[in-house]
Amino acid sequence: MKMNGAKILIESLKGEGVEIIFGYPGGQVLPIFDALYDADMKFILTRHEQGAAHAADGYARATGKVGVCLATSGPGATNLTTGIANAYMDSIPMIAITGQVKSFLIGNDAFQEADITGVTRSITKHNYLVKDVKDLARTIREAFYIASSGRPGPVLIDIPSDIQQQETEFIWPKEIEIRSYKPTCFGHPGQIKKAAKLIASAKKPLIYAGGGVITSGAYHELRKLTEKLNAPITWTLMGIGCFPATHRLSLGMLGMHGTAYANHATMEADLIIAVGARFDDRVTGRLDKFAPYAKVIHIDIDPTSISKNVRVDIPIVGDAKNILGQLIEDINKLPDTSEWLKTVESWRKRYPLKYHDKKDVIKPQYVVEQIYEVTKGNAVITTEVGQNQMWAAQWYKYDYPRTFISSGGLGTMGFGFPAAMGAKIGMPDKIVFDIAGDGSIQMNIQELATCVCNKINVKVAILNNGYLGMVRQWQELFYKKRYSYTTLANPDFVKLAESYGAAGIRVTKKEDVRKAIEKAISIDNVVFIDFKVEEEENVFPMVPAGEALNRMIEGLA
Amino acid sequence: MRHTISVLVENKFGVLARVAGLFSARGYNIASLAVSETMDPTISCMTMVVEAEDEKILEQIKKQLNKLIDVIIVTDFTKKGHVDRELILVKIGYSAKDKPRLDAVLNKTGAKAVQRLDDNAIIEMMGGQDGIKELLDGLKQFGIKELVRSGRIAISK
Repeated sequence: MKMNGAKILIESLKGEGVEIIFGYPGGQVLPIFDALYDADMKFILTRHEQGAAHAADGYARATGKVGVCLATSGPGATNLTTGIANAYMDSIPMIAITGQVKSFLIGNDAFQEADITGVTRSITKHNYLVKDVKDLARTIREAFYIASSGRPGPVLIDIPSDIQQQETEFIWPKEIEIRSYKPTCFGHPGQIKKAAKLIASAKKPLIYAGGGVITSGAYHELRKLTEKLNAPITWTLMGIGCFPATHRLSLGMLGMHGTAYANHATMEADLIIAVGARFDDRVTGRLDKFAPYAKVIHIDIDPTSISKNVRVDIPIVGDAKNILGQLIEDINKLPDTSEWLKTVESWRKRYPLKYHDKKDVIKPQYVVEQIYEVTKGNAVITTEVGQNQMWAAQWYKYDYPRTFISSGGLGTMGFGFPAAMGAKIGMPDKIVFDIAGDGSIQMNIQELATCVCNKINVKVAILNNGYLGMVRQWQELFYKKRYSYTTLANPDFVKLAESYGAAGIRVTKKEDVRKAIEKAISIDNVVFIDFKVEEEENVFPMVPAGEALNRMIEGLA
Repeated sequence: MRHTISVLVENKFGVLARVAGLFSARGYNIASLAVSETMDPTISCMTMVVEAEDEKILEQIKKQLNKLIDVIIVTDFTKKGHVDRELILVKIGYSAKDKPRLDAVLNKTGAKAVQRLDDNAIIEMMGGQDGIKELLDGLKQFGIKELVRSGRIAISK
């Protein structure tokens, strides 16, 4: 059937099973919006393109599906870039569609023109400028395949407005074959056997898991392996939810703000089994002092992650779920971990995760704990970036994948609120909480309108300390308390929420924290809870940048 | 150390920018780059000479190149039997009295004089890296005014 480029786009998105698009209209996407007007496709009009990108990202993280965002050329497209870079750093499958000036105007500095494929080259897995309407359907098919396979990532498709208007026969390619793109799925059997052997000879094995476990859907395999080995397990920020936090073998998160016992275990282990994690600098601390006694087995789908930072003894490239399944079968001799677990338990007792609770002040950690208790660990938590993010990672116990949604690699303030919006749309039956700071929440606060208009009833817990807390913490610890431009004068968040048609609750007393959370959940609306928390509370433990992992500042000795 | 790497890529617009962008974004150095179509017009060959301090960086460069969607095959010639060639053009200071000395250099290296004028001469040579170095060393005495190199191309044995 003949149709124009805009209709082909919509039909192709349907062909890929897309249920929802987040976006913002503009001059160079008018044909697409005209097609959307009566299309059988849900569209969420955000109030900023960055909100659309983060919402698509949050939707993808919560559901495992590909998130889709749409913006016009020039400023619309450049406003997506933070969201695209964010998805790229965390390997999130996302399609960003941008309008472009008419193809004969490209390169002319036309109104609202930006070379967005040039701009996004280093922050996308791949990108396309569609120059012929006949290529459109195949390009979209390729883009979805690339975005969602191998190590996932964002793919941008730039479509000039004249291409959106031109007509051609719509042919949906059944299969896609890209000769230059063949991600490795199955691990090398010889390498897996070698790994099984090395595991058998270990005395102090530690499993170190990352976001790749969640992407791959290897939750059950990881649990099986951990229990079979009876080995302690730690995870990265991106790995939160890949293994039940309440499990006896769990050590929680490692790294800069990880638990002391996870960091000690890492430094003492004689074998690290890394699964879908990339030894980021926030995890390793000082690299030449990292895990000095450990041999390393590294399972990752991306060959570039292997031996990039840490020397690997047995690399296994492929999909974590497949490899773990095979590894579990290949392990026939088990290491005796009883002594090792005793040591680890002694660290857990000696260096527990803690904070000084007080009667007369609200501690931010207490708020997070209360959210955990009230939601019984069943909520989807998104975070902003900074102290709020670390407390949300430390004090809520995540037992399932895709329940903790946070900007890991890029560290994007303003991510949590629009991401919560996307997550809530993907998981409408879940309670979705954005744990925010008073700084971060103001970076995409305009999405209150989107939430209210579309009845996306997310709950936002603002840990309001009047500071850009994490930067203030660094200034306190490393810059002699010179609080340079980290003090915030904030709006009245309750009135602000109300002015958008949302509900606002202010909490200034500790005894009201739980009630406020319960009330927020019971209100059938978007709710901002403004928790006035201890102003100069710090996130501990903390490994100062450039120090070895076991050189932690405890704060509470 | 310098390594010669050949990269077969899809012959599409923007691919060179992707490869060049990868090097600049990750702080790798390209010493030379030669790009042309292959027998198959849908495929281009990029031969590049890259600077890599150690094996680890070289491995990263190769893996990162492979990760680009439009890259089909990456071949590292460093430890492989191969032939490499480069074309150079050199403009040197020259006058008639220099003829015997220049001819001696040309004879020894197999280079050719493309033109000899009153105040300069242009020398061309196609060869391997050692031969080219020998020529350049030999030409220094005349004063090298300009030098252009095509960048290395290589083929496996």
